[in-house]
Amino acid sequence: MSIDRLISMANQIGKFFESYPDAELAKEGIATHIKNFWAQQMRRQLVSHVIEKQGQGLDHLVTEAIKQHQAILA
Amino acid sequence: MNKPVDFGTPAKQTDKLVTLEIDGHSVTVPAQTSVMRAAMEAGITVPKLCATDSLEPFGSCRLCLVEIEGRRGFPASCTTPVDEGMKVRTQTPKLADIRRGTMELYISDHPLDCLTCAANGDCELQDMAGAVGLREVRYGYDGANHLKAEKDTSNPYFTFDPSKCIVCSRCVRACEETQGTFALTIQARGFDSKVASGIDNFLDSECVSCGACVQACPTATLMEKSVIQHGTPEHSITTTCAYCGVGCSFDAEMKGEEVIRMVPSKNGGANHGHSCVKGRFAWGYATHKDRITTPMIRKSIKDPWQKVSWEEAIAYAAEELTRIREKYGASAIGAITSSRCTNEEVYVVQKLIRAGFGTNNVDTCARVCHSPTGYGLKQTLGESAGTQTFDSVMQADVIMVIGANPTDGHPVFASQMKRRLRQGARLIVADPREIDLVSSPHVRADYHLKLRPGTNVALISAMSHVIVTEGLVNEAFVRERCEWDSFEMWRDFAARPENSPEALAADLGIAAETVRAAARLYATGGNAAIYYGLGVTEHSQGSTTVMGIANLAMATGNIGREGVGVNPLRGQNNVQGSCDMGSMPHEFPGYRHVADDATRALFESAWGRPLSKDPGLRIPNMLDMAGEGSFKALYCNGEDIAQSDPNTQHVTHALESMECVIVQDLFLNETAMYAHVFFPGASFLEKNGTFTNAERRISPVRRVTRPKNGYEDWEITAMLSTALGYPMPYKHASEIMDEIAALTPTFKGVSFEKLDRLGSIQWPCNEEHPAGTPIMHIDEFVRGKGRFFITQYIPTTERVNARYPLILTTGRILTQYNVGAQTRRTDNVAWHPEDRVEIHPHDAEERGIQDGDWVGVSSRAGETVLRATITERVQPGVVYTTFHHPESGANVITTDNSDWATNCPEYKVTAVQVSRVSQLSDWQLEYRTFSSEQKKHAGHLATDTTSD
Repeated sequence: MSIDRLISMANQIGKFFESYPDAELAKEGIATHIKNFWAQQMRRQLVSHVIEKQGQGLDHLVTEAIKQHQAILA
Repeated sequence: MNKPVDFGTPAKQTDKLVTLEIDGHSVTVPAQTSVMRAAMEAGITVPKLCATDSLEPFGSCRLCLVEIEGRRGFPASCTTPVDEGMKVRTQTPKLADIRRGTMELYISDHPLDCLTCAANGDCELQDMAGAVGLREVRYGYDGANHLKAEKDTSNPYFTFDPSKCIVCSRCVRACEETQGTFALTIQARGFDSKVASGIDNFLDSECVSCGACVQACPTATLMEKSVIQHGTPEHSITTTCAYCGVGCSFDAEMKGEEVIRMVPSKNGGANHGHSCVKGRFAWGYATHKDRITTPMIRKSIKDPWQKVSWEEAIAYAAEELTRIREKYGASAIGAITSSRCTNEEVYVVQKLIRAGFGTNNVDTCARVCHSPTGYGLKQTLGESAGTQTFDSVMQADVIMVIGANPTDGHPVFASQMKRRLRQGARLIVADPREIDLVSSPHVRADYHLKLRPGTNVALISAMSHVIVTEGLVNEAFVRERCEWDSFEMWRDFAARPENSPEALAADLGIAAETVRAAARLYATGGNAAIYYGLGVTEHSQGSTTVMGIANLAMATGNIGREGVGVNPLRGQNNVQGSCDMGSMPHEFPGYRHVADDATRALFESAWGRPLSKDPGLRIPNMLDMAGEGSFKALYCNGEDIAQSDPNTQHVTHALESMECVIVQDLFLNETAMYAHVFFPGASFLEKNGTFTNAERRISPVRRVTRPKNGYEDWEITAMLSTALGYPMPYKHASEIMDEIAALTPTFKGVSFEKLDRLGSIQWPCNEEHPAGTPIMHIDEFVRGKGRFFITQYIPTTERVNARYPLILTTGRILTQYNVGAQTRRTDNVAWHPEDRVEIHPHDAEERGIQDGDWVGVSSRAGETVLRATITERVQPGVVYTTFHHPESGANVITTDNSDWATNCPEYKVTAVQVSRVSQLSDWQLEYRTFSSEQKKHAGHLATDTTSD
């Protein structure tokens, strides 16, 4: 699936959780949402993008969320 | 045919009982009951003409007179309430004399054509003439009369024959009390008095053709054309309407296997004997000549269709799916279920994908309508469903309607809501458009929050700010029922200055004081209920708004009892049910996540196959991946994504890119034009199953005639599954429901037998609630404590600019339904032959557009051409259209933007330009050519109901 599409979707999710006062909770929220609702191939593609392209195009909070919770997204 | 007993006047709801004597029989009834009803309940029939139990008593026909001991004269039993110890006589020589004299007058001005009249055998006037023993009319028939009054046949579905009218006002009262449209009146006085629709004929009047007047008419004055044509029906079967999410019960009145008319069931839990123009009259599509009843296959969409036997079609589809699975893997295959299908049909499709293919690539059309409801209410309240019954509105003091247009989208419920509003409930409407509820006869919104499209979250945040900062939170409720930590986080967020109505006024386009007043009314006006629709969900922040609505209800304690709650008005008949049945790619039936080991083990054990713990692809994911070449086969069951889903070009490219598209439908719909296998489906009249409406009411769908295609839809899926090596040996739809009940806690107590016994059941239905659960979250939320969420307003990325300066928003109209596949094949096209674009006079003037002009509507996604309607219903800067006709191409211009949580498309906000044009758009010209070729390929030139 187009990585641009995945980046756009992930950033939208990130924007919702960005307003959480606790950044750790926000990151957990982002990762959990992606885990619960994205198909495995989409999750893996996004994780690869973070690892291989340093999350280019992703908002910082989203990149951090994926890095931090990579284990549950595989 | 047994007709339900008509008690003459409505039942009274009170615990106080009164005992009286009628014709020597002791009768005990609730206080305020009419003498007529008390008699009827005791099995004593009182003659009547102007009374019927769906309407308040009127006391005009003078047939129901009785004698009451100790009272003078002959009071009308319909308008006289019972009294303790009252002694009533319904049959005396004097009463017989009066009644016969009254009937004599009626009949002296009535055609004597009983034997050739369409109501022969089903006429209350005829019955009453017999009941009172009328044997002669002493006045003759030569005097002044109405016998030559002209018949109005303008309405496609019923006629109005004033020569047969007895001016009992039942139709006028039905239009007022039952429907709430006030389209009819009694014109003039005395002998000249007559029923009038306020204009020359019914078709051009304000009549909405709900059928309430026809239902109420005691003679053949208002009569269905189908009865005039075919005669009176001889048996009836109760079933459930296949249109909107109200889920009205209907008695299909039949002659053999032919439907003569659909009559709303008096005992229908959702509709209580009322109907709308779609359910009541627009069922003729089931026998329309466009209906395809033979399976068809082809290698390529460029090839003509080949008609084949069911065995060949199933074998071909199974071979293709097997080939694709072997070549690309099971993840390249998926299915889409439809909210137009029954629970049982949806269940077997998701079972086929999960157990037969081992993936969770199944999604439903709720993806593009109410998926944010499922997500938002699950997160906040713990259950993906509305909290109330429709009847709950009758206890509401404040009604807030946001992003919904009930009089068009959910007309039968709208009538109930209007009834409550006429009783004095206050009304807040939040909608960019001036919907009918804002101002209609005897209904006027206290506040119309005419917000800019895309700013729902800003509105909810601003209302939350007022509630939090003005001390309007019901803290006792929150402390007892909700997670206090989440409340504090939300409260602190809501109180921020940037969430004040003043700070958000510019975004909203609404004066801050108006938002403050509306918020105060919602929080302090008594029982406050929120009703919302797709104007909430179909946004990039649809889920956020749903959560915001739940926040408001919890913060003010407006949840967990009658008269309050969070009420999603579902678009299609079985949106709730299709979601309940596990048709979303992340959850099993009953909203249990596929990653939950215990749930998965339960289904693995029952289905005998290993199941995937990973969510599958959503519809937009499937389409994206198809366009890119990695998703290869789709089983599309009853859905028409080529018309209903956004960015048509993207959808059709995806369909063209697949190797096997299987469409199961009544008609060669837009998606079927891209299909390789066509399985003809059965209409709702030809199948058994259940639908679940917006109030979680599971209602029976019952087969009233044999499937014209040979099979009910669940049978077709079962045959396909069996051919794929995963047998589904169900013998009847009831066995599927038994399986659902065995595997789904909220459906545990549901069975066809119980549904037939109770009429309908609102889930959860289990040991604790064997007859169902009308109101949810009474003592505690399903998730335990209610959870608040921060709802930060994030403007959509779909912005206006110099090139696209207007915002397009889309919606529905009363007479048409969704993609129009059904309603366009009925006489409902008389009211809506084409989709038009509404534009404000200022915007039209700037562009030199006159009413009725052809205009091009272009967006970043595409362009289409429609005719313009100039109206102040829309605000400057906003245009509006419907999407009921495929050639309109409304979704050619909508974009891929979607809700952050669920990918529900942002249909409601598209930046566009509108300008006068003289020819169709390129897309429309290409569509015409393609569509024409495809119809030829089917050897079946379907009726073109679209406009030129």
